Amino acid sequence: MFGIVRNAIELPALENVMRPGDGAAVTFLGIVRSRADDGRPVTGLAYEAFELMAIGEFQTIASEVRERFGDVTLAIVHRIGELRVGEVAVAVFAGGVHRGAAFDACEYAIDEVKRRAPIWKKEHYADGAAQWRANPPGNAGE
Amino acid sequence: MRVRVLAFAQLRELLGAGEIALELPNGARVVDAWAALAQRCPGLDGQRASTRAARNGTLVTFDQALADDDELAILPPVGGG
Repeated sequence: MFGIVRNAIELPALENVMRPGDGAAVTFLGIVRSRADDGRPVTGLAYEAFELMAIGEFQTIASEVRERFGDVTLAIVHRIGELRVGEVAVAVFAGGVHRGAAFDACEYAIDEVKRRAPIWKKEHYADGAAQWRANPPGNAGE
Repeated sequence: MRVRVLAFAQLRELLGAGEIALELPNGARVVDAWAALAQRCPGLDGQRASTRAARNGTLVTFDQALADDDELAILPPVGGG
């Protein structure tokens, strides 16, 4: 399940993404923070995407996940538009037979989404200013 | 030939539109489309090194030749997640 949505992300119902043989599910949620990396107070983010290409990238990432970590099921949903602090910007769901592969798959998928999906964010600051913010190269874990 | 340019984020703001129709000579490459856009919008000059191009949904180099009716997306550094 891969998507770009304009409203609040609804987590996929477990029965829709898990297979009968799966024993582990890992969900990552990326949340809008109240402060930028440089400490400036943030009031919200505006995201935009090149949607067809972003979904193609999600599918490519999913096939890489299966090559690397084996039989894992993956869902990636990113929200675009105006988001407030505390709202979910991206959800990655990984299901697998055991938790090891599911954790690995989830982490790999969010790292790659941040590194290469054609999605952009503009930070809106408390002082009224706004700025487009790229992810730093090699941003794993940030 | 006619190429449909899609611009995103700061490139969209600099150009003042997310979609621009460009008329280019036959044989034009991505780099020629970029030059035509930069002529309209000098602010683009400083963005070239960090911009990637996608022709009909696939990333290409700026040497890539374009064809009539192509969609050319210009992509600044990404910031999803």
